[in-house]
Amino acid sequence: MSNKVIYAIYNDDDILMDAVKKTRAAHHHIEEVFCPFPVHGLDKAMGIAPTRLAICAFLYGCVGISVATAMMNYIMIQDWPQDIGGKPSFSYIENMPAFVPIMFELTVFFAAHLMVITFYMRSKLWPFKEAENPDVRTTDDHFLMEVAVHDNEEELVSFFQNTGAVEVKVIDKH
Amino acid sequence: MYTFSSKLKTISFVLMAIGLLGIGYGFYTAPKDIKEVEEILAADSHGTHAVQKEHGSSSESNSHEAHGSTEENHAETNSSSPKHEVSSDDEHTEHLNHVLHQLQNKPWSALYVACIFFMLVSLGVLVFYAIQQVAQAGWSPVLFRVMQGITSYLPVGAAIFFVLLILCGLHFNHMFIWLDPEVVATDKLIANKTSFLNFPFWIVRAAIFLTGWCLYQFYSRKNCLAQDEASDDLLYKKNFKLSAMFLVFFIVSESIMSWDWIMSIDPHWFSTLFGWYVFASFFVSGVTTIALVTLYLKSRGYLEFVNNGHIHDLAKFMFGLSVFWTYLWFSQFMLIWYANIPEEVTYFITRIQLYNLPFFGAVVMNFLFPLLILINTDFKRISWVIVMAGVIILMGHYLDFFNMIMPGTVGDSWFIGVSEIASILFFLGLFIYVVFTALSKSPLLAKRNPFIEESKHFHY
Repeated sequence: MSNKVIYAIYNDDDILMDAVKKTRAAHHHIEEVFCPFPVHGLDKAMGIAPTRLAICAFLYGCVGISVATAMMNYIMIQDWPQDIGGKPSFSYIENMPAFVPIMFELTVFFAAHLMVITFYMRSKLWPFKEAENPDVRTTDDHFLMEVAVHDNEEELVSFFQNTGAVEVKVIDKH
Repeated sequence: MYTFSSKLKTISFVLMAIGLLGIGYGFYTAPKDIKEVEEILAADSHGTHAVQKEHGSSSESNSHEAHGSTEENHAETNSSSPKHEVSSDDEHTEHLNHVLHQLQNKPWSALYVACIFFMLVSLGVLVFYAIQQVAQAGWSPVLFRVMQGITSYLPVGAAIFFVLLILCGLHFNHMFIWLDPEVVATDKLIANKTSFLNFPFWIVRAAIFLTGWCLYQFYSRKNCLAQDEASDDLLYKKNFKLSAMFLVFFIVSESIMSWDWIMSIDPHWFSTLFGWYVFASFFVSGVTTIALVTLYLKSRGYLEFVNNGHIHDLAKFMFGLSVFWTYLWFSQFMLIWYANIPEEVTYFITRIQLYNLPFFGAVVMNFLFPLLILINTDFKRISWVIVMAGVIILMGHYLDFFNMIMPGTVGDSWFIGVSEIASILFFLGLFIYVVFTALSKSPLLAKRNPFIEESKHFHY
């Protein structure tokens, strides 16, 4: 079986959105869409499952607040007891107001950084990685839709030419 | 056009009637003299003298501001006078007098808290509306008529509130101890503040602020209604300028208003971010009220142009502003807790020792609950979740105002009983009646607003 794909290239995000909707309606399988900038609503139009990144963020935040609590309890109460604000109670809970800003900051820190790292890993991005986008113009002002071909090359080419594509290519992908 | 359903109208009248009865009952049962107080205290402590003594000592150690000031004066005169012995009878009478004032303040304070809360909710909506106008927001114009409906309560609430302030000034109660010349004469700290805290200046300020807000409410609504029939955007631009001027006036007057009507109840204490704190509290309540009224109208088949995206945005504001309120609540608390300066920290000691449940209960209702329930994107689009969260948020912020006002006026004699609940019911009934009457008087869509098409097609 050949591994042929179609590259349909557009020069406007609105035309792209319409084309994506038409392609989905015609039941052709969209492999990927490459854009120079985020297009709002594209994920929904492509039928991609909603992101689970928010759940990760919540869990990372929980880790952050736990780390902050454990760390400050060890540093300020256990290892070297501190007299905080003239209240030498040496109890974490009684001195908690003083720790709240740090608990908050570390929650945000963990959630933000780990979320970005998760996003990179999930998108298979890392330093020095070679670009995967098939056409350099997708980093400038063109949009590219990649669609799988299943012995219906002729039909697909004419279909995409009718969706307002400025260029339709058939590529043998290995 | 919306028609005020007779069912809702009946509910509002019933609420007002029950409220009036309860308020009357509260005033009627308040003790008239020391003897009645003695009976109440005796009944509370089952008539034993020992328990009465304990009661006296506990209120001494946890003296709230009003009490503290009289006690300080008392202590000063004691130390300066050669006769050092004060008979325990005198002290007992003084304590009874003090409790009498607290108990007489109680129905007044209950009325005051409910009155200022509902008035400030409509003011919060007015500010939100003005911000939408100035920001030229594209998502919100479909909600303008709902906001205008809610803000039409402002003139009514302001009038009642102004009458209450005048009654305070005429010494019908002892809520503002700095209004009492006898207290000012013996209290150095208050005496230093008399150039600002005196009845004429105070009442004139109140008149200016209330009139200013009501004028903006009136003209902004008038222009918006006239814009429906206009052929150009002139009135819209006029409203833009008017809103910008209002916001400048508001932020100054709001700050002073919070000192005048709330912070001066504890005249020895001050906090520099108090204005913001009060603002955060009624702003989030205002946005919540917009969401609740919108959802009610939608459930009755009106506002077909309001989609789930608008509701979602309101819920995001409810969530974000709840966190904003907590930020200010905590900032105010932490600095005072950390510095531990006696005249500042008494404010929180009173609240934590005597008002433990409402004080921390407000944090749970205004922060923890909305944080956990509204953090989820899907929940922000479900009506019943928003209604539940909204009701809790509104009750929590009533409690927040209760915590700001009650400790300075009734001290440890607080109770959420007939007076408090009846006052809430009365103003709730009045609020529903005024708001939905106003909503039925104009079309629910500001059809000639330049952003109305964008707003109708708003999707998140």
